[in-house]
Amino acid sequence: MIEKALKGSNVYIGWLVFLSVLILAGVVSYAQQYQYGLGYTGMSRDVSWGIYISQFTFLVGVAAGGVMIVLPYYVHNFKDFGRITILGEFLAIASVAMCLLFIMADLGQPTRALNVLLHPTPNSMLFWDMIVLNGYLFLNILVGWVVLHSEYKGTKYPKWLKPFIWLSLPWAISIHTVTAMLYCGLPGRHFWLTAIIAPRFLASAFAAGPSLLLFIALVLKRVTKFDLGDVARDKIITIIGYAAILNFFFLGLEFFVAYYSDIPGHKHALDYLFWGLEGHDNLVGFMRLSLVLGGLGLALFWIPQTRSNEKTVMAACVLVFSSLWIDKGLGFVLGGFVPTPLEYVTEYYPTFGEILITMGVWSTGFLILTILYKVAISVKLEKES
Amino acid sequence: MDDKRRRFLKLAGLSAVAGIGAPSAFNLLLKGEVNASSPAPASHGTESPGSGHGEAPTGVRLGMVIDVNKFAENPGMAQKCVDGCHQTHNVPIFLDSKGQVNPKDAIKWIWKEPFENLFPDHSHYRRNDALHELPFLALCNHCDNPPCVRACPTKATFKQKNGSVIMDFHRCIGCRFCMAACPYGARSFNWRSPRERDENGNLKFIKNLNEKFPTRMRGVVEKCNFCAERISEGLPPKCVEATGDTGAMIFGDMNDPNAPISQVLKSTFTIQRKPALGTLPSVFYII
Repeated sequence: MIEKALKGSNVYIGWLVFLSVLILAGVVSYAQQYQYGLGYTGMSRDVSWGIYISQFTFLVGVAAGGVMIVLPYYVHNFKDFGRITILGEFLAIASVAMCLLFIMADLGQPTRALNVLLHPTPNSMLFWDMIVLNGYLFLNILVGWVVLHSEYKGTKYPKWLKPFIWLSLPWAISIHTVTAMLYCGLPGRHFWLTAIIAPRFLASAFAAGPSLLLFIALVLKRVTKFDLGDVARDKIITIIGYAAILNFFFLGLEFFVAYYSDIPGHKHALDYLFWGLEGHDNLVGFMRLSLVLGGLGLALFWIPQTRSNEKTVMAACVLVFSSLWIDKGLGFVLGGFVPTPLEYVTEYYPTFGEILITMGVWSTGFLILTILYKVAISVKLEKES
Repeated sequence: MDDKRRRFLKLAGLSAVAGIGAPSAFNLLLKGEVNASSPAPASHGTESPGSGHGEAPTGVRLGMVIDVNKFAENPGMAQKCVDGCHQTHNVPIFLDSKGQVNPKDAIKWIWKEPFENLFPDHSHYRRNDALHELPFLALCNHCDNPPCVRACPTKATFKQKNGSVIMDFHRCIGCRFCMAACPYGARSFNWRSPRERDENGNLKFIKNLNEKFPTRMRGVVEKCNFCAERISEGLPPKCVEATGDTGAMIFGDMNDPNAPISQVLKSTFTIQRKPALGTLPSVFYII
């Protein structure tokens, strides 16, 4: 089955070469970081997590978001998602792979990563995150591959797979809940110390994951004969629409609590992110842009004319995904470090090498995704023709 | 080793009360101690509303009282504490290309901090002017309920039986979860190798290497260890030693009612950093 990934059009090969070049740039930069230490990045004593952990956090959401496609098909027998469940599962595989790579890129002593297994520490949320992420990776590889292989053979997937499919559904929720718990259980970091982190993470995940998936599916419709179907498209739009609204509703609640209670510690991070704090405002433009993009994307998803037009739907996908990327893949982690426990404001700027490593990891994820989708689409088109 | 330390602390405490000249480094502290203690009993710690979890009632629990007034009376002493500690523990000083200390890579075990930064939860409205001039020292609080230990995925940072929170530099994977978890900004990360040498083979960032304490590799977290290595040899922490007989820093077993530190805590109004978080700091300040 994997042989389907080896041959393709010039566009396909060109895309793989393009990704490989970016991966190579990332690998070279990582070699430099490995030589020098994490001082290679823009992180500091005050802002001790940067763009790696931000991307990790965001991508756990993209991985979990795939469940919004998988769940209706298996639990509610929503047949129209039958053609794209495999896309949801494979998106989860690529996203979790990126998560793990970002964690590795962020470790000061990556060769000691297995210490987490050698000295299991159940009181650490990072220990549990390691378990749920690797478990989710395993479940999606197993389910995705076996289901696709059965389709390839022209049979229905074996019965023994059913428990794994069902297990993967709550497991998707768990990965983002545990990732939220990395942050919301820390005393003294006001911005993160809120019970709404996990629900907000899930809401934003259920918008960001399906947005990416829908965008890719519509691209596939243009460049291949694969068509996800109008009913499926419309249903995904509904899912994204509600999830994104929930996310912004939760964000609004954060604003209310901070500014109505008027407790300085609760306001500082939001001040920093949206208005600037003590003259430091390097994220203000991004955060405001995030709101604008999110609002525009939501409008396109809800207005009947733009909702039924594939071009505007694709635009809406990009807008919502970008908005949520800024919100979670940039603002959430960095905002938590401002101000520091000693009430200083230190800003973080990623270095060029750090950005290359980040792009390298993203490219690796997209390479995995491209190959998996190529196999899946080829199998599906072969069976249907 | 643990027993040895326990016996030492007991001895130190007992000798403090009896006033017999035990050959202990704590004798130095004792002198400042007698004046500071008063007979009036005062409640502390366990009954305060911030200490929601209750503190360890038995066993040794090391603690420290920092008397800021004594630091004010002895200008330059705070810096002596910082230098003594950083020298003893081979804390590197990273300079940027212009020869300035690079705050991005900074490693600090103990350092000077203004009142409003050390105690951001306290009101700073119409505070007395003198407060802002006082040389406050910041260091790891060696919390009885340490969030960093809870967060660490490998037990590379852990609480010892005597209450001090220390690091295993060889187990740390450098995830920096403990740095995000610490509400006191007490932890530093080796963003680059402190062992780097210049072309003559000399350490670039560590002057006057202390052979008795290890240097660190890049990519691990470090912080104040309450001088675990000195305590096991019966010596007081280096910063305490640097204050001489001023009594500016009182160190010992808070669970020993006869220890000088217990006497001070019982008789003097002290404050802890961010008590509302329930971390139960073991460092107290007299202002």
